[in-house]
Amino acid sequence: MNIRTKSKVLDQPGIRRSVQRIAHEIIEKNQGLENVAIIGIKTRGAYLAERIAESMAGIEGKKIPVGALDITMYRDDLTEIAEQPVVHATEIGFDITGKKIILVDDVLFSGRTVRCALDELIDFGRPANIQLAVLIDRGHRELPIRPDYTGKNIPTSKKESVEVRLKETDGSEEVVVVEAEKEER
Amino acid sequence: MMKEKKKHTWRHKDLLGIENLSEEDLVLILDQATGFKEVLARPIPKVPTLRGKTIVTLFCEPSTRTRASFDLAAKRLSADTLNIAASSSSFLKGESLKDTARNLEAMKIDMIIMRHECAGAPHFLAGEVNAAVINAGDGFHEHPTQALLDIYTIREKLGKFKGVKVSIIGDIAHSRVARSNILALSKLGAEVTVCGPKTLIPAEMEKMGVRVVYGLKDALEGADVINVLRIQLERQKKALFPSTREYINLFGITKEKLDRHAKEDVVIMHPGPVNRGVEITQEVADSRYSVILDQVTNGVAVRMAVLFLMGHNKNLEQKEVPTKLHN
Repeated sequence: MNIRTKSKVLDQPGIRRSVQRIAHEIIEKNQGLENVAIIGIKTRGAYLAERIAESMAGIEGKKIPVGALDITMYRDDLTEIAEQPVVHATEIGFDITGKKIILVDDVLFSGRTVRCALDELIDFGRPANIQLAVLIDRGHRELPIRPDYTGKNIPTSKKESVEVRLKETDGSEEVVVVEAEKEER
Repeated sequence: MMKEKKKHTWRHKDLLGIENLSEEDLVLILDQATGFKEVLARPIPKVPTLRGKTIVTLFCEPSTRTRASFDLAAKRLSADTLNIAASSSSFLKGESLKDTARNLEAMKIDMIIMRHECAGAPHFLAGEVNAAVINAGDGFHEHPTQALLDIYTIREKLGKFKGVKVSIIGDIAHSRVARSNILALSKLGAEVTVCGPKTLIPAEMEKMGVRVVYGLKDALEGADVINVLRIQLERQKKALFPSTREYINLFGITKEKLDRHAKEDVVIMHPGPVNRGVEITQEVADSRYSVILDQVTNGVAVRMAVLFLMGHNKNLEQKEVPTKLHN
């Protein structure tokens, strides 16, 4: 199978602006950053969470607790996936009980990843509430989950896939829609 | 999508020994264990990863630590566990190992963790059943998860293996812990020295690529890690060493000997159970050098990693693996 890039939907300044807007919206909705903490879903969500936190610190002059969540152990498809899952460490260095938690991921698709993250978070404590921020919402939800903050909505077909590339993980900064196509013989 | 760093895939149905693992396998287990160690520190130290799996511990030899550690690791992953001890099972009625295993398997179990006094018993079992078999110690042969938790602890304390000097002291000949440790450490590039009374060091030890010394001083000098083995007092009855007292004098680890010969930041390990005042003094076992209790904690994390890898394994070596799944 070949992976074909169909279109670039966000470039580096585009990602930066989306992150900044999400930061502003979080501050607005929570009327400041009192009791707010941010947790990103590994790997790319964790980097985005750091960026959002940094952006919010620039606006409000206040650094909030940042955590990173690895959801592998909570996946509902462990018995089905062919590729071997790899566990990474979850890093939440603060008590989430009573806090408003901003959960961050790069792409929202079926909603199953977020479901795992919610289950896992609840095992860490009882937050006051959990809000969801995603850079890209590509639709096709399979669970009743919706984002509170969205960088960009991108309608896609199920055959397509959205790739968020960040300099920390991929060396470049862009969001592209790609499609897998069968190789001609 | 497929551009991510090429990761190593676990392909073993069973974990029978360190012998048949590659360096990449070992590193994979250690990396996974780091993730699971974090789980143990959570307010609710339990994850749903192995929900619906059934794991049997079949112990035909006494054990507290290893069995509790495996049992806890399985429970932390939400697997169901079933403990069978030889002393209370149909073994006493003369049922063969094969029949016991077949019957257990008929009850739809996924994994068998086994300890047996005969070397090779888990290997035999692995050939008989579809369930994954994990060796929790077979005779004088191997104890792979003990070696894994030992190397995990070494990596945690020293951050590397290449060039790290590890001295294993005690009854090397009758120790499956020593054997598995030597195999693992050699694969990872550590330099291993073994030390003990001549009667307790097997011939041709050098062929395993280790340095053999018979004086404790030589084993202590320059060592980054000292792994002290339990001296099995029952061996003394077989006259393999003259007296416990002599052993203590020559090979017992005391604070004075460490002060005189060992590095200031040496790490002292012991697989347990400790004979305080024999192979190691009370003072050293509880000292700042000692990581004995870290080993126990790490044991649970490492065993969780092993159960996880074996519990979700679609890439078995026996099965045909398509060579070109993805580009």
